[in-house]
Amino acid sequence: MNKVQRLLIAASCAMLLAGCGSTVKLDENAGAPIEDRNAAAAAQGAGAGAAGSSSQVASVTAAETTDPLSDPSSPLSKRSIYFDFDSYTVRDEYRGTIQAHANYLITHKTRRVVVQGNTDERGSREYNLALGQKRAEAVRKALSAIGVPENQVEAVSFGEEKPRSTGSDEAAWAENRRADLVYQ
Amino acid sequence: MSTHRYNPVMGFSAQSMLRAALVLTIAGLALVRPASGQMRIDVSGVGATQYPIAIGSFASEAPLPKDVADVVRGDLARSGAFRLIDPQATLSDSANLDFLALRARGADAVLGGSVARLADGRYDVRYRLSDVVRQASLGGASILATEGDLRLAGHRIADWVFEKLTGEKGIFSTRIAFVSRQGNRYRLNIADWDGENVQTSLTSGEPIISASWSADGTRLAYVSFESKKPVVYVHVLATGQRIQVANFRGSNSAPAWSPDGRTLAVALTRDGLSQIYIVSADGAGVQRRLTSSSGIDTEPRFSPDGASIYFTSDRGGSPQIYRMAASGGDPVRITFGSSYNVSPRISPDGKTLAFVTRRDGRFLVATKDLSSGVEQVISDGGREESPSFAPNGRWIMYATQAGGRDSLMAVSIDGRVKQRLTSAAGDIREPTWGPLPK
Repeated sequence: MNKVQRLLIAASCAMLLAGCGSTVKLDENAGAPIEDRNAAAAAQGAGAGAAGSSSQVASVTAAETTDPLSDPSSPLSKRSIYFDFDSYTVRDEYRGTIQAHANYLITHKTRRVVVQGNTDERGSREYNLALGQKRAEAVRKALSAIGVPENQVEAVSFGEEKPRSTGSDEAAWAENRRADLVYQ
Repeated sequence: MSTHRYNPVMGFSAQSMLRAALVLTIAGLALVRPASGQMRIDVSGVGATQYPIAIGSFASEAPLPKDVADVVRGDLARSGAFRLIDPQATLSDSANLDFLALRARGADAVLGGSVARLADGRYDVRYRLSDVVRQASLGGASILATEGDLRLAGHRIADWVFEKLTGEKGIFSTRIAFVSRQGNRYRLNIADWDGENVQTSLTSGEPIISASWSADGTRLAYVSFESKKPVVYVHVLATGQRIQVANFRGSNSAPAWSPDGRTLAVALTRDGLSQIYIVSADGAGVQRRLTSSSGIDTEPRFSPDGASIYFTSDRGGSPQIYRMAASGGDPVRITFGSSYNVSPRISPDGKTLAFVTRRDGRFLVATKDLSSGVEQVISDGGREESPSFAPNGRWIMYATQAGGRDSLMAVSIDGRVKQRLTSAAGDIREPTWGPLPK
């Protein structure tokens, strides 16, 4: 059993014990995200080498691609969680995404993430701001339940003010009923 | 033919009127920049009764930078409460009037005036209103105005005429605040009630929402996203000074002034979900928390007497409007009949609630008589937001859409007269009607 697996099991126990208002439940069959420790170590080594020799500066680019946050094949590349109309329940399909971000934050104590809640354009701007906050808060609670410290996550809302899609049809509205994980 | 009330003032000559003239001086706003972008106003509908009034051109020895009589005409016509009759003449405030000829044209009242440039560059605007039927003066006054305030002088005259003939306060010299958007430029603007004379108090690359006037009209509270999250500011209009009054963890929004201007009710999420708190208007922070629900509480509004706070909450399963004591305590649900009733606003006399209701998928502005419970839908667009009472309670302005563009609509409280404000420069939204000028 490696370190990551032990961490996941510990987090699962913490979450079950917490039993709080989180709408995200742990799916035991969900694939555990894998962090490539060797790649990370290699990247650090390359970075250190670059500091001593100008001929190796180019290798810094390689280090960026191995950051799990910028790896398009990593579950961490998924930063958006979509919601149903007038709902702030995190759907089952996002358990893996939230688990991956929780693992990343737990293993990267200096990283902070802002969860930005959004809504579609219909109805009161202020009520939508509160609804967007509720969506962001649902994601924040889900991360917290897995063991992410409170000081690494802030939930804020943009309400309907910053739509990703500017149309006025169901496809646009669905795109805007969303919480985004934005690393600082 | 008219049901309007008025009280003729008998026996005043024009000269004694001028000697007794009330002199008003008008102070302009400093440090608020003029904004570009023409506003357009379209009026539809007429009032239940229309008072016929003749307004002549005001006498002047030289061409004027602003046609004051035309400002008065525009105000009274747009109110829906007046029918304008063109006397086809220049009518000075001191002229002898041909009442029989005015009566023959159908006028019940006549307004005359004069504008004279003074040695110091200001203008002396004099006006007199007369009852055509009784052939008697109803009074008049003189206003000293700078060139830039000639328009405001016209609004003041329209207010005076409106109150004299209808018995109600006029709102023609009030101002509105609203947000305009062009691409990613957001501007918090101040304008005359009819959308003219636009001045920009804040420009930002991030959204601005929920502006709210202090009762004395000197400050605006609003929510700005300029720091990538909603933060509540108080903005002193004359100086441009800005104070962060709520910038806590999470979202800070929905500012509502207490009538005394010392505190604001706001929605904060610093303890989890959106709840209502009282913060100091001077930036000293939270004074107390007012609600403790397991759902969303937001959009607080003080009743005009400061005793109650109306707010939106989904504690009952759908967003509805509730009322609680301004010190907190158990709320009473006020709205029913729809699964979405939000954005409470209370009329200046405290008797009527305006709100946004969703009916058959359309978002409409409705009013509710708080003693009888009778509701009336007064809008028909379907995309309505952010209602705001005029300070005389006779109009409600709200945001809606026209031709895919955000615009503003002012509707008379009986729903009969509508004025649509659009801007050639882009979207305009989030209107809030300022108080009566002091």
